[in-house]
This record gives sequence, C-alpha cells and structure tokens, in this order.
Amino acid sequence: MKNEIVKQKIGFGLLLLAVLLVVIPVLCIVGLLLFRGAGALSWQFLFTMPREGMRAGGIFPAIVGTFYLVIASLIFALPIGVLAAIYLSEYARDNALTRLINLSIINLAGVSSVVYGLFGLSLFVVFLKFGVSIISGALTLGIMTLPVIITTTREALQAVPRAYREVSFSLGASRWQTVRHAVLPRALPGILTGTILSVGRVAGETAPILFTVAAFYLPQLPASLSDQVMALPYHLYIITTQIPGIPEKARYGTALVLIGLVLIVNISASILRAKYRKAK
Amino acid sequence: MSGTAPKVEVRELSVTYGRTTALKSLSLDVFSREILSIIGPSNSGKTSFLRSLNRMSDLDTHARTSGTVRLDGKDIRRDLEPEDLRKRVGMIFALPLPLPLSIYENVVYGPRMAGVRDKRVLDELVETSLQAAYLWDEVKDRLTTSAQKLSGGQQQRLCIARTLALRPEVILFDEPCSGLDPISTAKVEDSMVELSKSHAIVLVTNNTKQAARVGTRTAFFLMGDLVEIGPTEKIFTAPADQRTEDYIVGRFG
Repeated sequence: MKNEIVKQKIGFGLLLLAVLLVVIPVLCIVGLLLFRGAGALSWQFLFTMPREGMRAGGIFPAIVGTFYLVIASLIFALPIGVLAAIYLSEYARDNALTRLINLSIINLAGVSSVVYGLFGLSLFVVFLKFGVSIISGALTLGIMTLPVIITTTREALQAVPRAYREVSFSLGASRWQTVRHAVLPRALPGILTGTILSVGRVAGETAPILFTVAAFYLPQLPASLSDQVMALPYHLYIITTQIPGIPEKARYGTALVLIGLVLIVNISASILRAKYRKAK
Repeated sequence: MSGTAPKVEVRELSVTYGRTTALKSLSLDVFSREILSIIGPSNSGKTSFLRSLNRMSDLDTHARTSGTVRLDGKDIRRDLEPEDLRKRVGMIFALPLPLPLSIYENVVYGPRMAGVRDKRVLDELVETSLQAAYLWDEVKDRLTTSAQKLSGGQQQRLCIARTLALRPEVILFDEPCSGLDPISTAKVEDSMVELSKSHAIVLVTNNTKQAARVGTRTAFFLMGDLVEIGPTEKIFTAPADQRTEDYIVGRFG
C-alpha cells in the first residue's frame, strides 16, 4: 500500500516536471528580454526613426512595417482560409479530390518558411512583377498561414454538433443559411484561435519576408502597398549580426517589442474569445 | 378515412445504408387530421421512415432511398425543393435542441430563413406558435432570454413551437418524449392531440402506451417491414398478426 503511494507521488512529480519544462523556457525568455531590454523602451525608441546607421534613434518603421504585414496578410488569408474551411467541412464530399486537398494542406503546413520566401520571390516579386513590396510579402505570409487558418477553422466547424445542422435544415434553411446562422456563430471562438496563431507566425517570421518585402533600412515610412517596409524580426536579425556597435539594450529592446506585440494580440483575442463564449 | 385523399402517400419506399437495409419496400398513407403512431423495436426502420418523409435522409451521405413519397400528389423528390418540403413537413427530434439564441429568435428562425421580415408578422407567429405548443404562458414575459435556460420539457415544447411557426401541414415527431418526465410528456401529448385537429401527424415512439393514448391509427414496423397498420384500438385489442401482439404484450408485461 505504501509502495503504491510512493509510485503515485513519483508519477505526479514527473507530470509536474513536464509542465515546468514547458513553462520555464517561456518565463526565462520573457524574463531575460525584460531584464536586458526594458531599459531601452522609451517613447523615443518606440516612435522615432532610426538614426546614425541604426545605432541610435528608434524602431518605429519596423513596428509599423510588421503591423502592416500582419494586417495585409490577414486581409488576404483570413477570408480565403475561412471560406476554404467552410467548403471542406460543410460542402465537400469525401472523395479523392478532397483527400488530395487535405493532403496538400497538411504538407503546406510542413513546408519550411524559407521555401515560402523563395516561392514568394519567384511568383510575386519576379513573375507577377509586384517587386519587393508589402503586397508580395503579405501574399507570401498569407499563403504560409493558410494551412493554420484552414485547419483550425475546419476543426472549429466540425466541433459544432451535427444536431444543430439537422435542426436548421429541418426548419427549411438552405445549406448556406445553416452554415451562416447555426454553425458559424458557434465556431467563431475556434476560428479566432486560428487567427491568433497565424498572427503570431506572421509577426515573427523572417525567412518569408527576407526576399519579398523586408528592407535593410528605410528613411521613411511606406506610402503604398508597393513599397518596401522594415519589419521587426528582420530588423532584429540585422542589428544583431550585420551592424557592429549596436547597443545591446537596443537589440533586446527590439526583441521585447516583437514578443510584446504578439503577446498583446494573443491576449486581446483571448479576451474577445472568452467574452464571446460567455455571451452565449 | 375513406373518401378523403391521403396527405402523404408512400409507395414502395426502401432505404439502405451501405449493405444494411433499413426499410423494405414500404407503402402506406397518412391522412390529414390524424395521428399515425409508428411503433416497433429498435432497428425496425421507424426513424429512417420518418426522415424520408421530409428528405432529412438526404443529409446522410450513406443513405440510399428508392420508391416514391407524394405530398398532396406531388413527388417530394422530383417536384419539390428540400427547403420548401421541410417547411411543409416539419420535424420534432428526440432530443430538444434549442439553437443558441433567445426564445423569440428560436421560434422565428424558420420564417426568417424563408425571408419573413415584417416584425408584426413575426410577433404574431411567436405568440400563436407558443400558444399552440402550450408554452406561451410560461415564457411570454421573457421571450428575449436564452432558450437554453428553459427546462427540458419547456425546450421540447419550444421546439414544437419553432416547427409550428413554419405553418407546416404535416408534423413528424421522432420519439419526442423519450427524455421527458411524465408531466412534460402529458403536455407534449396534449399539444399533439390538439394539433391533430388541423395537421397530419406521424409519431414515432418507443412507448407503446403513448401510441395507444394518442394514435388515431397505429403501424407496427419490424426489421424494415410494415407488419400491420390499422385503427389504434384494433391494433391494441385484436391485432391480426401474432408478431404485433407479441410486441405489444411483451412491452406491457
């Protein structure tokens, strides 16, 4: 009997350890960034242009650039992803074609991000002549996030019990009305989760924007979709490896801003989702 | 019932799921102003039969149906769109499932989908439908609260009201009281009897006593076959087929 209790304690200990191993790295990273980078944060750092070969001044254009890229890629990927998921979940029958589509989506999710970058370069920048621009970068990032959005949206749709669809159909609703009024409202929190995940990826990826949109240094903010922008992850890469003499504070500060932005988006979306769940 | 044309004519209706046959070439009529109770053990094809009458069986990708079903003489597969058919042939499910909307919005869901926008028409529909389902007095002061806050019995009556708001001609009940307590069951049965004065009703039930209580006629299904159909008193007092008697007696015993 005592033996059993000891075994149980060891078991719980191992589980706790597993949880800690997940949490500790996150806390360490955030802690390190706060410790080293918090000092860099100031009004000037966040909202002014870089000066003296980026050794001084702020990172405003990189923040703006990342913001633009997130918005532009979502405008492109969210409708397409959600509509594709609705098609696959609600309309498509199980046949060879849908299985091929599913396989493509799974594989698309597994493609490494630098391959997306090269693909964007050859398709959008060169072939379609969009040039190195926000539009090329946003489309590339959008394609990269499509599998995430499609997969999570479809899971959210399929989590809605079949009975709700039956009730809606039995009341004379068409397929689209059923999706629109009986299924989508219940799937919205799940779709939001997918969106959050994709925002995090769009904001943080470097490789896909490397050849398609990111600028080493720009003296002004972008004026149109065909302009290049600076972006936080690429900026961080540059100031860490390409330019000597950048104060350490600025590098950690930039990383902190990047993580902070993603965190703010995640938290606000989670609040939105919780509110939505409660409202029902 | 002789002399009047049947509301629903079912001729040689078969339903198969892959290799299993749920209904074997079944023919019967349903008339206006009657409750046709369908009794029989599980897997006898009762629900498959019911779902074929308003083409809910279309939603099941594995189901194959053959034979014809006519509503007022019109073939429901060739002459009617499923959306229009389902407005005329309403359905109540075994488990009451209010949509995650207010009581009011649940009742007007069908009419709204059909394009009714006029607030006065909708208000009127809500009141008459809820009254016909014996629910109006209990909910008239809280129509905007969530339908999911209602009790199980109230939810089932709300589902009836929701179907009535479509102004259907035929109402299909699929074991509507299987999850309800006796008092709620009595209320649902009352509204069924009341509705049978103006509608054709098909009631699938596992409760033979319920069939005996409310059925005008009763049909006994077994393994996808229609064994016997007739006036309820006759089925329950002097069934022609031994299997019918065994089933009824077995259930009562």
